[in-house]
Amino acid sequence: MATSSALPVRAWRRVWSGTGSRHLLLALLGLLAVIVYVEAASDFRNLQFAAFGYLGIAAGGLTVLTGLNGQLSLGHGAFMAIGAYTTALFLDDGSPVVPLLGVLVVATLVTVLAGALIGAAAARLHGPYIAGATLALAVGVPGIALHFSDTLGGEQGLGVVAPPVPVWLLDLDYFFTGRDLTPSRYLSYVVWVCLIVTFVLLANLSRSRVGRRWRAVRDDDVAAEVAGIHLGRARVSAFVVSTACAGLAGAVMALVVRLTAPGGYTLTLSLTLLTAVVLGGLGSLWGALIGAGLLSYLPQLATNVGESLGLDQTRAAELAPLVYGAVMIAVILLAPTGIAGAVRALRARRTARAERPPPQTTESTVQQGEMSR
Amino acid sequence: MRSMTGWPKVATTAVAVTAVGALLAGCGGSRPSDGGGSSDPGITDSTIKVGAHFPLTGVAAPGYSEIPTGAKAYFDYVNANGGVDGRKIDYTYRDDGYNPTNTSSVTNELVLKDNIFAMVGGLGTPTHSAVVDFLNQQKVPDLFVSSGALAWGDDPDEHPYTFGWQPDYEIEGKIIGQWVKENMPDAKVGLFLQDDDLGRDSEKGVRQYLDDQIVATARYTSGNTDVAPQVSSLASKGADLVLSFNTPSYTALTQLTAQKLNFTPQWFYSNIGSDPALVGSLLSRFSEGAVKGTNSALDGVLTTEYIPGVDAADNPWVKLWQKVWDENGGDGELTNYRIYGMSEAYAFVQALKDAGPDPTREGLVKAMEEDMADSDGPQLAPFRYSEDSHFGISGMQIVRLKGGKSEPVTKVLTTDVGDADIDEDDSGQADDAPPSSGIPDKS
Repeated sequence: MATSSALPVRAWRRVWSGTGSRHLLLALLGLLAVIVYVEAASDFRNLQFAAFGYLGIAAGGLTVLTGLNGQLSLGHGAFMAIGAYTTALFLDDGSPVVPLLGVLVVATLVTVLAGALIGAAAARLHGPYIAGATLALAVGVPGIALHFSDTLGGEQGLGVVAPPVPVWLLDLDYFFTGRDLTPSRYLSYVVWVCLIVTFVLLANLSRSRVGRRWRAVRDDDVAAEVAGIHLGRARVSAFVVSTACAGLAGAVMALVVRLTAPGGYTLTLSLTLLTAVVLGGLGSLWGALIGAGLLSYLPQLATNVGESLGLDQTRAAELAPLVYGAVMIAVILLAPTGIAGAVRALRARRTARAERPPPQTTESTVQQGEMSR
Repeated sequence: MRSMTGWPKVATTAVAVTAVGALLAGCGGSRPSDGGGSSDPGITDSTIKVGAHFPLTGVAAPGYSEIPTGAKAYFDYVNANGGVDGRKIDYTYRDDGYNPTNTSSVTNELVLKDNIFAMVGGLGTPTHSAVVDFLNQQKVPDLFVSSGALAWGDDPDEHPYTFGWQPDYEIEGKIIGQWVKENMPDAKVGLFLQDDDLGRDSEKGVRQYLDDQIVATARYTSGNTDVAPQVSSLASKGADLVLSFNTPSYTALTQLTAQKLNFTPQWFYSNIGSDPALVGSLLSRFSEGAVKGTNSALDGVLTTEYIPGVDAADNPWVKLWQKVWDENGGDGELTNYRIYGMSEAYAFVQALKDAGPDPTREGLVKAMEEDMADSDGPQLAPFRYSEDSHFGISGMQIVRLKGGKSEPVTKVLTTDVGDADIDEDDSGQADDAPPSSGIPDKS
């Protein structure tokens, strides 16, 4: 009797303690949650959810680069643009030569190539100089679209027509829900499946030898080099992985926005990504997700609250950047490690309080926070 | 990552159970091939919802953010006087910050969540390009796009629901080109062009007439605030008449740069770049007060006009706008941008009336194509709407600015894209006046 009841518990523990299996389990649960939300939400909510998703993918990539490897990139918006323009060139008329998955893969690969090139250059730079180099990229890349306006559509950009929902998926979705899968829900699925796959890979990578090298280089490059880690290789690989995420994010963003134009990929986008990462908590994938969610929903929420408080629509719209700024300041003052960092610290404090007599809690929290950064 | 370790087990179980339950609840059957039709969204017996996207924040906001406040004031005025066939107009405008990505998301919100019946006056070429296919796919009438790009009017088959508003950049270029050819045949013409559809389409129009008079062409990219290389290249090639197709910020920048370089040609700014009040305030801001931002900052400059502006206080249309703004406006004064918004709103009410007492989206589009071309309105020249063309206002007059007022240089000139002739308008469109109620009747 006792052994039979302990068996599932033991199995659970085994799954939970294995890194890969835990991530897979979480991914599966995440997928279920996504399915529930996508099926329950309206078309508008789904498109908003999709926007949250593509920001999340890019922020996830950036948090690996900045949080785990210590390279500050101000140019991830430019990498998103590369992914988006590649997608737009494939999907300008709704009858793509390759299936959607192929388009996403090609867009990611093209961005990876660009990322490897820039990454090799950036690996020779440190701190603010990397930021400067990538900043130039963020400013310069939209200009390319203006210069080659015949191919890349100039200021007006390229229209993107998302390919139709595959029939097998329509049938499958209908079998389970009894409704037609709308294009908006389909896009939402595409984006979030991409996000889940990306996050599982990133999470596994960061717990692997590669991830430990990235952290070692971030914390002390001299020590890392002495330990036999090739600094350039570690930096370039982090950059490449990160830009792959940005490329994929740009590709699905093009699908959701339905247009790829330079105006959508200005420096503001790169800064938005950085903001998401900082708000959520540097180096944490959960944090990247939380930050991306905040930035996707906050402006609309602030505007709606403003309107319901009786402000006219112009004033209500002006409230959005104000709230954005206020939240940013509040998070940096009250939770300098970001929202995910603050939650982690809180949990550590609680565990410490439960395990030890009260007086020593503060000290142990600081230690825990430091160690888990 | 470390933070992923401690997901509470209860929560995971709950999520899994809910998910599976939701999936099973909806199971069954195979997909039917077609859905049924339904009545148009956004319209009830007592209300009609319309929406638009504008830059309310960010660099493009000065000036442009006033347009929807003007439109709203006019809709409120109509509502206060009983609405349109008993329906109140519910006008929602949302901020896209002049970023196409945001335009896409606020338009999703307007169409899918707010369920607007029609879009009225959505602003900007790159921004509206992001949503024009979507609006047509969703069969949402997309009237009076606030941009002079050719894309809104030249292909009604591709975009049957989209209609332009102001004279497109190409006919503006043509009208300016012909006038210069006839009246300043010895001028050495320099072109100052924004490097997008604005500059491209206008240049096409101008070159139809002036190709051999043009001595220099300079282009700038929007966002790059140093125009000294462009202005000095115009100066070095000896241009004594500069035709400028740019946004208001660049009018101020070219004026300041020309002052610095001591370059004093005759300036001719296209309509969108020549609002004296806005350019005046930009001049004083950019020069940090060194140049006084008065209305007379642009004295002697040539430009064009297609609706009467705030300077023509005695014009019957401007009197109506003043009354509407006094009764229903918010903070601030009546400006040319607000008049622009009111003019669009007036045209929308006209189209809605023409669509009959129970308008449908199809019916509204049909009314636009069949009845709007000869309707009264503030526009100086008639609309060009028909089944084959969705271009807006067909012409404009050339004016000279003095003390913030515009003095007519020509009569109203009308034309169309391509090689259509340029004629003086004989429809009397410029001389009509609003009905005493201030609300259009069915035409």
